[in-house]
Amino acid sequence: MTMPDSVAGLLQIMTVLVVLVALHRPMGAYLAWVYSARRDWRLERGFYRVIGVDPSREQSSGAYLRGILVFSTVGIAFVFALQKLQALLPYSLGFGSIPNALSFNTAVSFVTNTNWQSYSPDVTMGYAVQLGGLVVQNFVSAAVGMAVAVALIRGLARVRSGTLGNFWVDLTRGLARVLVPMAVVAAVVLLAGGVIQNFGGFEHVTTLTGGSAVIPGGPVASQEAIKMLGTNGGGFFNANSAHPFENPNAFTNLFEIVLMLIIPFSMPRLFGRLVGDTRQGTAIAAVMATIFAASLTAMTIFETHGATGAMEGKETRFGVWSSTLFATATTSTSTGAVNSAHDSYSALGGMMALLDMMFGEISPGGVGSGLYGMLVLAIITVFIAGLLVGRTPEYLGKKIGPRQITLASLYILVTPTLALAGTALSFALPGVRDSVISTSIFNPGLHGVTEVLYAYTSAANNNGSAFAGLTANTDWMNISLAVVMLLGRFVPIAFVLALASSFAAQDKVPATAGTLPTHRPQFVGLLLGVSIVVTALTYFPVLALGPLAEGLN
Amino acid sequence: MTTLETPDRAQELAPTPSKKTAFSAAQLVEALPGALRKLDPRLMWRNPVMFLVEVGAAYTTVLAVAEPFTGGPGESGGSVVPGSFTWAIAAWLWLTVVFANLAESVAEGRGKAQAETLRKTRTSTSAVRVLDYDASGDPDASTSATDEISSADLTLGDTVVVVAGELVPGDGDIVWGIASVDESAITGESAPVIRESGGDRSAVTGGTRVLSDRIVVRITSKPGETFVDRMISLVEGAARQKTPNEIALNILLASLSIVFVVVVLTLNPIASLSDAAASIPVLIALLVCLIPTTIGALLSAIGIAGMDRLVQRNVLAMSGRAVEAAGDVTTLLLDKTGTITYGNRRASEFLPLGSATEAELTEAAATSSLADPTPEGRSIVDLAVENGFAVPSAPAGAVVPFTAQTRMSGVDFADGSAVRKGAGTALAAWVAAAREQSAASLAGTAAERDALDRLVTGVSNAGGTPLVVATRSVDGATRILGVVHLKDVVKDGLAERFAELRLMGIRTVMITGDNPLTARAIAAEAGVDDFLAEATPEDKLALIRKEQEGGNLVAMTGDGTNDAPALAQADVGVAMNTGTSAAKEAGNMVDLDSDPTKLIDIVRIGKQLLITRGALTTFSIANDVAKYFAIIPAMFAGIFPGLGLLNIMQLHSPASAILSAIVFNALVIVALIPLALRGVKYRAASASSILSRNLLIYGLGGIVAPFVGIKLIDLIVSFLPGF
Repeated sequence: MTMPDSVAGLLQIMTVLVVLVALHRPMGAYLAWVYSARRDWRLERGFYRVIGVDPSREQSSGAYLRGILVFSTVGIAFVFALQKLQALLPYSLGFGSIPNALSFNTAVSFVTNTNWQSYSPDVTMGYAVQLGGLVVQNFVSAAVGMAVAVALIRGLARVRSGTLGNFWVDLTRGLARVLVPMAVVAAVVLLAGGVIQNFGGFEHVTTLTGGSAVIPGGPVASQEAIKMLGTNGGGFFNANSAHPFENPNAFTNLFEIVLMLIIPFSMPRLFGRLVGDTRQGTAIAAVMATIFAASLTAMTIFETHGATGAMEGKETRFGVWSSTLFATATTSTSTGAVNSAHDSYSALGGMMALLDMMFGEISPGGVGSGLYGMLVLAIITVFIAGLLVGRTPEYLGKKIGPRQITLASLYILVTPTLALAGTALSFALPGVRDSVISTSIFNPGLHGVTEVLYAYTSAANNNGSAFAGLTANTDWMNISLAVVMLLGRFVPIAFVLALASSFAAQDKVPATAGTLPTHRPQFVGLLLGVSIVVTALTYFPVLALGPLAEGLN
Repeated sequence: MTTLETPDRAQELAPTPSKKTAFSAAQLVEALPGALRKLDPRLMWRNPVMFLVEVGAAYTTVLAVAEPFTGGPGESGGSVVPGSFTWAIAAWLWLTVVFANLAESVAEGRGKAQAETLRKTRTSTSAVRVLDYDASGDPDASTSATDEISSADLTLGDTVVVVAGELVPGDGDIVWGIASVDESAITGESAPVIRESGGDRSAVTGGTRVLSDRIVVRITSKPGETFVDRMISLVEGAARQKTPNEIALNILLASLSIVFVVVVLTLNPIASLSDAAASIPVLIALLVCLIPTTIGALLSAIGIAGMDRLVQRNVLAMSGRAVEAAGDVTTLLLDKTGTITYGNRRASEFLPLGSATEAELTEAAATSSLADPTPEGRSIVDLAVENGFAVPSAPAGAVVPFTAQTRMSGVDFADGSAVRKGAGTALAAWVAAAREQSAASLAGTAAERDALDRLVTGVSNAGGTPLVVATRSVDGATRILGVVHLKDVVKDGLAERFAELRLMGIRTVMITGDNPLTARAIAAEAGVDDFLAEATPEDKLALIRKEQEGGNLVAMTGDGTNDAPALAQADVGVAMNTGTSAAKEAGNMVDLDSDPTKLIDIVRIGKQLLITRGALTTFSIANDVAKYFAIIPAMFAGIFPGLGLLNIMQLHSPASAILSAIVFNALVIVALIPLALRGVKYRAASASSILSRNLLIYGLGGIVAPFVGIKLIDLIVSFLPGF
């Protein structure tokens, strides 16, 4: 039985919508319990003893940030070392030590929840590195993002407090109570859906026609689950979720889309619960969903009506609609997994994927990072709107003064600066320019600009998806992208934690008739407007030199 | 005593010479030199957005000068650029900066005239200084040795003698004496005021003139730091410091500018891949169009104009922070007397007792009050006249004045009859005494007393003061005629204003020394949200602290020395100019008119100030949408003709599109100067509806206006040769 692509696509969209609407409330409530429960599990207590942390001790924003930085630095060093030592490790499938630049890029990439892959995993990484390094980071980098979001929420919820919680507790709970159990369930479902899970290595077979083929194996389902759930996106295979062993059919495709969206879309509910007003969370979720829906609509229109062959770069088993839904989900959530080649999209369709990231990954963004990104924009919005109603602006009873605006402004400066500077430097530095043009860019001209812009935008926003044409495994690309990923992850986190602490120290101003309500459609519209003008529109000039110029010519 | 001041002179000195609505071309011309002086980069630096424009203007000018030697403007983004393009861009960028400075100069100019008038009062006079002032032995300093020094040499703690006709040499408190003082130089009010030692009216201001009597004043200010000095620097804007909201907004604007600097700097390397590099003037034009110049240009003018609006209403804010805090106030503490009610109680009703008729009571009450000089007494006569009482031509009998001991007043007639009015207990005693003397029957007294009690309690419960009226006839028989209901009269229109405040999210609390019963009644009538009865200064301070702990911002007015701690504690403390210098020192605003009701106006001005900033910021940012559509297609249309699809305004040519955007950007600043100075209209409403309204006007307007404006300018620019 065949169904028109559009009908199937609409059905999928409806299914995702229904599932998310149904699940985000219990999921948000569960997350709220996870991060505010008083009792530690025995397993967690054991872990705290091992790492020497007193779980009852609250941390200031400085201590919280130090925890994150120490933890992440150790993570980078460990993943780097694993790659360098790959030749000595078991289950390495015979792959050798990874070169320095690539190792560094990969280590940073997975620790920053970006999961940009400059390499082709099938022919580079053995099971030891994939499982011991990359999968571990898939879990913990996601837990770090959630912890930062929770710290910001606590800052907004607390009154005259000098602390934001304990990073090690938030990290542990995110892992033990959220990501690990959910990933296990998801892996089982994926397994049932046909995703492979073995340690078989490469199997050489003779095909029916007599030719020979190499069929790769591997612990794919276990990695696939957390790859989506933690909005990581680093594929087990080079083809990522377009590979039939990672994403065999329409069901797994749909399931993977839901996995990407479930935690990010539940974070606003968690936010609403913890600040004691779920309407605030609903408003934030509404803005996220609106941007998502608008982007999906635009991309689908561009892909189904575009001049290029709509199916170019897409898997026939998914079709256009499933591909655009997946592409929107993956670029809107900082996942970066792909089930189609964004490079082969029409220029404007590909631009939508780029725009999803340029929004700053807020629709709904990565696990945790999406929420704190959106809350920073909400703070900017409240500031402008607050002035418009004649009051010193306040969000959830917290005043937004010079310090808060400084931190929020710096936050929104980081990613555009990194994305644009990285792209520009790639074309401006004399030695680099030649290497980028001759080696990295696959399609010369405007499409080449887009490929590079896409790479740096993806890295700066910790998305990790790539415009397939680009060859990123060069020293310049590996190192510069790694630096962009590092700064794009931890500089904003530092600002967010400082912001959280400046809110936590404040009193709560009681709401009156003169207070700007931040839960109404009016505010949703305004936040939407500010998101567009302050983030996405900034890229208008550069888009005119890439996808816009290409698409309109 | 000599009367030196005529009302005319006083009017001339009044610090409200400028018309607040007028904004004329003449004002612009007047402000131009100041605007040009502000081009100094060392001054521009304080406004990062406009500094960036100035740097761009200077750079473009250098390029324009160099062009003949480098071979003309050449190409930009694949389009040929007309020869005059760089000059045109440079000229309009300079104009953009000048317009911004003009806005600030015009705003400052309004304060200058006032400062000039005030300065005249500061001219130094000679002062009679008392050497070794002895407060107990020689309080009036009549025998102490004195010397004559210049008022400029007076220091804190000096004691001076000022007699009628002299100027008060410095700010101080009267330590002895009473005088009428002409304060018109400061307040603009021509009627002289009474100042006396002790109490809450002891402060005198340097530069005011003593009209009668002789006073001894202890100087409370250092030279150069007097009230007038502070006023001058405030109205001139010299003392203006950026307020927290202004700083925060500046940071946001600076960061939005930095983003666009990055955008512009990174554009050409990326464009180079397609051989689409834009020329530097075009890039500068793009930058200036995208950074929030409109609000950047007007921000400082808005702040100065906001302070100025307060000065127009005769309120001096000691800091801009206080004005902003006024907009944030959530609790208003209002003194009952003078703010909510008229200062005096007024007779509102005659309530006859027993067999007495209302006419009898009216006549007796009026007769007893004919010679009563107090406002209460006069109000009784007024009410009686309204009820048909005819005032006799000559008062009969001997007046018995009110004393604290007798607590009643009245008239004793020659024939032995008498009439009294006063407190219930005092009158009861008087009646009882008279009856004993005349040995008249005391029968029926109990019933009479019950009826009287009911009347008295009724009036008290209604928040009024009962005044009992009784007569003694020629034969010595006494009779209680009834009760006069003296009532606090709530000012007209207050209930509506409080309702308005409630709509703005502001809670009003009435402060009164009355008992809770009376306070409740008046609070209900006035429509305040809450009241604090039998309030002592300590209670007031405690209430402010409690409100602040709950996160509220509190505003209050006060005049007495005992108000000082509360004034200091309040977020907005408005001291009355008639008050003591301690009160004026403690508050962060002074109302020269000493009108406590003005607190409500101050709140409105504070809100208006913030709204004006928000409105122009929104407008400025919303403008970007149209400018993108003007400039982006123009920048690269030569190389990528497809981008012409984005030229939805159908602008004539790339060069005209870019120039039109820059011209619009500059002209919109001039167009908005009046709004910046006048402030956005403020209507009391909920935050939600204010936001909707302002978003519609300044958000949507900000998107639409430049589309129309740039298109119109382009129609004109397209006639320029080469464009």
